[in-house]
Amino acid sequence: MAIAIDEAVPGPVTDDAPSTRRRGGGARRVIEVVLLVVLAVAMLFPVLWMLETSIKENRDVYAVPAKFFNFDFTLDHFKDVFVGADGGRSDLSVSFLNSVIVAGASTVLATVLGVPAAWAYSRFTLKAKKDQLFFILSTRFMPPVVVVIPIFLMYRELGLIDSKLGLILIYAAFNVPFTIWMMKGFVDEVPSEYEDAAMLDGYTRLQAFWKFTLPLLVPGIAATAVFALIFSWNEFVFAIFLTSSQEVRTAPPAIAGLIGGTTVDWGLVAASAVVFAIPVLVFAFLVRKHLVAGVTLGAVRR
Amino acid sequence: MAGIEVTSLHKRYPDGTVAVEHVDLSIGDGELFVMLGPSGCGKTTTLRAMAGLEQQTSGDIRIGSRLVNDLPPAERDIAMVFQFYALYPHLRTRDNLAFPLRAEGLPEKEVSERVAEASRMMRLDQLLDRRPQRLSGGEQQRVALARALVRRPQAFLMDEPLTNLDAELRADMRTEIKHLQAELGTTMVYVTHDQVEAMSLGHRIAILNKGRVEQVGTPLEVYDRPASLFCAAFIGSPPMNLIDVEVSDGMMRGPGGLALTPPSGLPRDRRLVAGVRPEALEVTAAGVEGSVPARVISAEVLGDEIIYVLDSGGERNVRVRMPPTVRFAAEAPVGLRHAGGTPPVYDVNTEELVA
Ligand SMILES: Nc1ncnc2c1ncn2[C@@H]1O[C@H](COP(=O)(O)OP(=O)(O)OP(=O)(O)O)[C@@H](O)[C@H]1O
Ligand SMILES: [Mg+2]
Repeated sequence: MAIAIDEAVPGPVTDDAPSTRRRGGGARRVIEVVLLVVLAVAMLFPVLWMLETSIKENRDVYAVPAKFFNFDFTLDHFKDVFVGADGGRSDLSVSFLNSVIVAGASTVLATVLGVPAAWAYSRFTLKAKKDQLFFILSTRFMPPVVVVIPIFLMYRELGLIDSKLGLILIYAAFNVPFTIWMMKGFVDEVPSEYEDAAMLDGYTRLQAFWKFTLPLLVPGIAATAVFALIFSWNEFVFAIFLTSSQEVRTAPPAIAGLIGGTTVDWGLVAASAVVFAIPVLVFAFLVRKHLVAGVTLGAVRR
Repeated sequence: MAGIEVTSLHKRYPDGTVAVEHVDLSIGDGELFVMLGPSGCGKTTTLRAMAGLEQQTSGDIRIGSRLVNDLPPAERDIAMVFQFYALYPHLRTRDNLAFPLRAEGLPEKEVSERVAEASRMMRLDQLLDRRPQRLSGGEQQRVALARALVRRPQAFLMDEPLTNLDAELRADMRTEIKHLQAELGTTMVYVTHDQVEAMSLGHRIAILNKGRVEQVGTPLEVYDRPASLFCAAFIGSPPMNLIDVEVSDGMMRGPGGLALTPPSGLPRDRRLVAGVRPEALEVTAAGVEGSVPARVISAEVLGDEIIYVLDSGGERNVRVRMPPTVRFAAEAPVGLRHAGGTPPVYDVNTEELVA
């Protein structure tokens, strides 16, 4: 970010500097571009390879030396993702469905709980509000592996092990703090006078929130929900510890489970990874404005 | 319509800030009452407590004869105009105006009649189909006023409604609000930190400082006899000269021997300060009868008047208001003379008016 800001601010113009700078600038530019290209290839190659592998015939997948361009094209791997060997639904498609249910339900739950909480934190004067907010955020600092064992034990007592409900609850618990924090920023932007005016006009506080503030928050809620959704969708640690059966497993552990047998069907792995990645890309595209806004928050705040 | 009675109001926010220490106010039916004070003195908090948007820690609020302490804002029958106009952004002017009436459940026919009436009063007919973003600040403020009007409430509460407007528009709107209040005869409580606004609008003014009422009075009372040193320094531009005085032989003398008429009943053995308005002093040629020697430090030529800043007998920054025809050069030796009536006198220690 610092780089972007530095470039946006025009530096002081001096008379003798430009010529020397331009000469040095050409070489510097070449180095910059080369470095960036190397970096981009290193970052993107696995993605490209995944895409390629997902549409290669099996014998081309295992070909040595690897075939980059002239391989035989097929969509069989994608068919295998959804259709089982017996012609019915595949195990992977069940996992994808589970992922949709778990991510969707946990996001709805986190939003329903988090938005009113964010509103309350924004509007009311509370004792030790800052400390409360920091505590809420600090629950997100904890790496999931640290808490997964105690949660596993608690879940076993409660009979929530290996159930979608269990995953929904734990994801919602992780997303509520995030929702509160992100939504508080959006609520702060909506002047509380709207609610004051509505209350003087004859509404109760909750009605005022519901009728006036909430509609103005919809874009913020959408952005926040997408972030929560992406978290739940990608989550791996809890999923692998807390679920075991094929009927309950979500996509991340299911895809990971494809690797590790005596033979690995890389085509299938790649195709299911592609299918898994698409929703995230779509969502990230939808909230790209807010992603940038979130990153630059400190710089552009009033 | 109704008066508003505030008794022993105290407000402490949950974070420990005491916004209102102790406020007693008695606002008459049909009065335009101004609350004036510096930023952070608790004006908004007092007003919001009247509206029911903030629950007071202790104290009573009556609107008319009704004790409203525990009534929600909706049941207090008052309208409020905010510094930030708080027009609903998604509604056109027409619907913004109709909104409180529809909330009350009035029949649509009466709603449109009342909206038409209010929009005529505030000259909004051209703007009825626009949304707030497409209105200028002044227009938004007129809509906000009209929205307060349509309800025909018991009282209007206004929290610095003109602060966001430029100077010229502010003067216009001031006249408009004053006119409107006179026409409707509705009780109005008007909060501002601008003393000019307070003086020109208010039937009476309450000066607040640090959550307490320092003085309540008509604009002239407040101007002529500020009740404390705080009020003396707050009202008037330039403010009163606060001059250290000593009383001897039935005369009150400032530094350099400047003679002031003493009020009767001055206490003895106390350090006193006299509050002398800049227009109650006179710059004369040096050595004129009854004047004390002084030196011009600077002159602010304002067109219709000149404010001279003088140094007289060690009392620096004595401000004198003179007509623009009388000119003295900077650094010129001049005379300073008191030309007004008996000035108010304050005790330096208690900071209060003693005579
Ligand atoms: N919600 C709140 N929580 C805590 N303290 C508050 C709150 N609202 C106001 N205060 C504090 O109470 C004091 C009085 O505030 P208030 O808004 O009544 O001042 P004001 O006279 O309206 O000032 P201004 O002219 O700046 O609007 C201030 O010190 C302010 O910081
Ligand atoms: Mg205020």
